[in-house]
Amino acid sequence: MDFISILSIFVMACFVGYYVVWSVTPALHTPLMAVTNAISSVIIVGALIAAAAVGLGSGGATSKWLGLLAVVLASVNIFGGFAVTARMLAMYKKKAR
Amino acid sequence: MHEGLPVNSWAAFAYLIAGACFILALRGLSSPASSQRGNRLGIVGMAIAVVTTLVTHVPPMQAVPGLDFAGGFNVDAVTVIEILVAIAIGAAIGLTTARKIAMTDMPQLVAAFHSLVGMAAVLVAGAAFLNPGAFGIAADGVIFAQSRIEMGLGVAIGAITFSGSVIAFLKLNGNMGGKPIMLPGRHVINLGVLAGILGLIAWFTQDQSPWIFWTVTGLSFAIGFLLIIPIGGADMPVVVSMLNSYSGWAAAAMGFTLHNTAMIITGALVGSSGAILSYIMCRAMNRSFISVIAGGFGGDTAGGAAAAATDRPWKRGSAEDAAFLMQQAEQVIIVPGYGMAVAQAQHVLREMGDKLKEHGVRVKYAIHPVAGRMPGHMNVLLAEANVPYDEVFELEDINSEFAQTDVAFVIGANDVTNPAAKTDKSSPIYGMPVLDVEKAKTVLFVKRSMGGVGYAGVDNDVFYMDNTMMLLADAKKMVEEIVKSLD
Repeated sequence: MDFISILSIFVMACFVGYYVVWSVTPALHTPLMAVTNAISSVIIVGALIAAAAVGLGSGGATSKWLGLLAVVLASVNIFGGFAVTARMLAMYKKKAR
Repeated sequence: MHEGLPVNSWAAFAYLIAGACFILALRGLSSPASSQRGNRLGIVGMAIAVVTTLVTHVPPMQAVPGLDFAGGFNVDAVTVIEILVAIAIGAAIGLTTARKIAMTDMPQLVAAFHSLVGMAAVLVAGAAFLNPGAFGIAADGVIFAQSRIEMGLGVAIGAITFSGSVIAFLKLNGNMGGKPIMLPGRHVINLGVLAGILGLIAWFTQDQSPWIFWTVTGLSFAIGFLLIIPIGGADMPVVVSMLNSYSGWAAAAMGFTLHNTAMIITGALVGSSGAILSYIMCRAMNRSFISVIAGGFGGDTAGGAAAAATDRPWKRGSAEDAAFLMQQAEQVIIVPGYGMAVAQAQHVLREMGDKLKEHGVRVKYAIHPVAGRMPGHMNVLLAEANVPYDEVFELEDINSEFAQTDVAFVIGANDVTNPAAKTDKSSPIYGMPVLDVEKAKTVLFVKRSMGGVGYAGVDNDVFYMDNTMMLLADAKKMVEEIVKSLD
């Protein structure tokens, strides 16, 4: 993909983000932060690429370990983020009739 | 233009689906009813992204010369096990933390999670720098100039997110005082360091030397630290939102490096989400973003203005008085603040609400945007105490109702009810939107003592009004006594 296509996706996603986030009810702003935290850990994709790569010289081995460490950190966030969001959202209940 | 990663088009399509799932996950948060489905879609999106990466990168990226991909399913078992162990360790830590964390500690948890995203971004950028071939961003070990900019920005934003979040965590967790720490000449230092980072990234496009990359990383760790230490406790909701935004931009920068649509879409979503939340928090405090960044506001110590004012006459009430007044009321609006959370009074407060409803009183809750330590914090605490979310209202939705309300019950909040924000131009909180509690027929104000003032260090005229009754006690004890008197 060339740079301009990527940039287009990015700019469009910023607009989508703007409208979607304004439509989030203020009551759910804390879960919003928790879930954005979890999804920003999609950076695990980069970590997995590094961790799965075969070593090319000394840099490759270090790179692999950095990748594996990043996988651990991103996984904490992914599992922790989604779980804590689910826990919070389960608390929001309507008036019992 | 370079080729980017040799990903096939179905993988690119899968990443796009993952990105779309993330958009829908945030969309779900427009109402509590759809929010849980949204969260599940987020999990689905993440699973798609992770599985796609594993499938496309573990076997075929093993570009061992002479080993043909078509020749069999050459999964490197060791690599797979290593990765699965790494994920399992992360999952165990993450799930345990998520299960154990108290809802009052949510701001710290979010700050800690932000720091992990920042660190992960730094590590990924470092890994990409050390082994650019694996990421498809180099030819013969020479990294493409454009990738160097993206990588440089990614590592810089990631490092700032990390060290800034660590400081935010320490301040929110109480390991570090909320008082702003002001270094002399800090603006000059900060601007100098920022200029240094940008200059080095520009140089990095010409010279791929490792020292430039690692200096950018080091300076960025330093600036994240320097930027957050002068910011006081009261501004933490803005800081947490801002770091949320940074963690998104870091992911987006790495998405540019890897040409990965899931990362770019997510980064843009999270980046705008954090930016909007920062804006909402700033507006709720009537502070400009720049002045928050400049720091120095809202420490533990109060200004001198408040001390002299406590000689003014005020009325003290008992739990029985409060119970009697509220029982007679048609409508009671409860205004909770962070002090309620500190006293852990939310559960007994909900009990009080239930008792009042039994007496035929209409009970509503009014939430100021900065009532907690992070956006929406108070709503979560009330939800945890089983307060139905349709009884909880935002400032703009309920403010007009105070004039027709018999009792405003303020518990653990102060600055957000201060009418000086509307009338006194010399007040440090002038212009901040506040809850009009003084318009209610009676104000019951639960407070530990008359001495203390809110974060802004200003006295509150509501204490001294004829229709105000001060209930001086620990918030939880006071509400417990009121509940007893309501029987």
